[in-house]
Amino acid sequence: MAVTETRKLDAQKLRVDFPIFEQQIHGKPLAYLDSAVTTHKPRAVLDKLREFYETSYANVHRGVYTLSERATAEYEGAREKAAALINAPSARDVVFVRGATEGLNLVAYAWGLDNLGPGDAVLVTELEHHSNFVPWQYIAKRTGADFLVLPLDDSGELRIDLLDEVAGDARVKVVGNNLVSNALGTVNPIEKLSAWAHDRRAIMVVDAAQAAPHRAIDVQALDCDFLAFSSHKMCGPTSVGALWGRGELLERMAPFNLGGHMIRAVKVEGTTWGEVPAKFEAGTQPIAEAVGFGAAIDYISEIGLGAIEQHEHELVSYALERLAELPWVKTYGPPADRRAGIISFNVDDIHPHDVAQILDGEGVAIRAGHHCCQPLMAKLGVAATNRASFYLYTVPEEIDRLVDGLHKVRKILS
Amino acid sequence: MYREVILDHYKNPRGHGVIEDADAEAEGFNPLCGDEVSIYVSFAEDGETIDDVKFSGRGCAISQAATSMLVDMAKGRKAHELADMPKDDLLEEIGIPLTPIRLKCALLGLGVLKIALHRAKGTPLPQEWAGLDELELK
Repeated sequence: MAVTETRKLDAQKLRVDFPIFEQQIHGKPLAYLDSAVTTHKPRAVLDKLREFYETSYANVHRGVYTLSERATAEYEGAREKAAALINAPSARDVVFVRGATEGLNLVAYAWGLDNLGPGDAVLVTELEHHSNFVPWQYIAKRTGADFLVLPLDDSGELRIDLLDEVAGDARVKVVGNNLVSNALGTVNPIEKLSAWAHDRRAIMVVDAAQAAPHRAIDVQALDCDFLAFSSHKMCGPTSVGALWGRGELLERMAPFNLGGHMIRAVKVEGTTWGEVPAKFEAGTQPIAEAVGFGAAIDYISEIGLGAIEQHEHELVSYALERLAELPWVKTYGPPADRRAGIISFNVDDIHPHDVAQILDGEGVAIRAGHHCCQPLMAKLGVAATNRASFYLYTVPEEIDRLVDGLHKVRKILS
Repeated sequence: MYREVILDHYKNPRGHGVIEDADAEAEGFNPLCGDEVSIYVSFAEDGETIDDVKFSGRGCAISQAATSMLVDMAKGRKAHELADMPKDDLLEEIGIPLTPIRLKCALLGLGVLKIALHRAKGTPLPQEWAGLDELELK
């Protein structure tokens, strides 16, 4: 039996890599508990961006000169890193996109418009981020397909047992789900959904924006057909992300954005498309951002995705314990062993904006709002929640400061 | 930010409730944070003077306290006066610096009141409410 040694992560030591923590907010050290929305950037990534711009920057796949070759090698190197991160069989099936949202839109448009019609159905879940919900709802409407939604149970886990019932006689062609819920932290059973989808000859589309930064992903083990994730949620620059798709599906798909670089031959009579992945990368790409994304993948891979997952599991267990001491705090979502480092909660009937505002005065940054999950908020019967989320640089003392801050919130507003 | 007067209005809102058969009413919603405010107005016999104002809804302390303060300001005044009232009058009453996001919370009630008066009395709607376009005023 193979035993994987997981090195423990020293968050206190890693914090030194992040210049953002060198400042104070309202005279207090920054406790950044909003990494689910975006993460901070280590020096390794910032230095890489600067070094790339200063020594190797040019447009890619264009020039024959040395700089362009260097830039192309760096850009394609980043693609290899993204592919390795998710155990993709081939880097050519990884398309650089602006982020997970654009990746999911690419699939909804380029695959959906040609493969959905009246009598077909798209099935997503109540747990989706709007980015894997709204594009499918829209494309289903455009094509006359049905739009089905799998409900959750009261602890925020998918009612997998209801799949057949929700689908009924519909010809389900697409199943969409996030691997980790951004609002509740629920870790979803993608393997089961993939198997169910493939039984029905549907494709499985995975939003991994909230999973890729926090745990090892293997697209072959998940047996999904598309998987999208964003650089900025995993220590990398904004405006870049990756979409992986099965090669044979990408081959058959129409392009999404059209223009330069994605063509083979352009004539007045018509245009033919370039090879995958160029077919999906029209125009000048976020080149330096992709290179920085590669540096971010190196950075978190060096720490180890297993170590990051373990660290966040310890933090979320500790935070759930501490919040359970407060009878006036209601937490949402599954138990620690089935959730990533995300906790949504409410304090009495105090509006999350007020909670977050008072915490900000204490230097504690949390998210307050609907987390781009309005169907989920409706299910929970709330307009909004507070959300604390953790990453590799989060330390337990920050959770203590959150709890102290919540006492203060209650003192002021209850 | 949560100074005493705001907290007082938040915890003891003035005119919280509903006026059945109101002479004017409207509702509004802030999609950003889910604040909801409905406002009900009844006029005195002259049909101009505001006899009573009530509001219902849920939301953050700023939106609810600001609407409560607005209720205090509105009673006994004429519809056209309120329709002309600049938003700064309410902001002065609130008296705390507000970030752009919280400004929308603070001005939700005033927007809803102006819509209600516009509907009932045809008073003009303010054009210059820059930055408030995300509010859904119904």
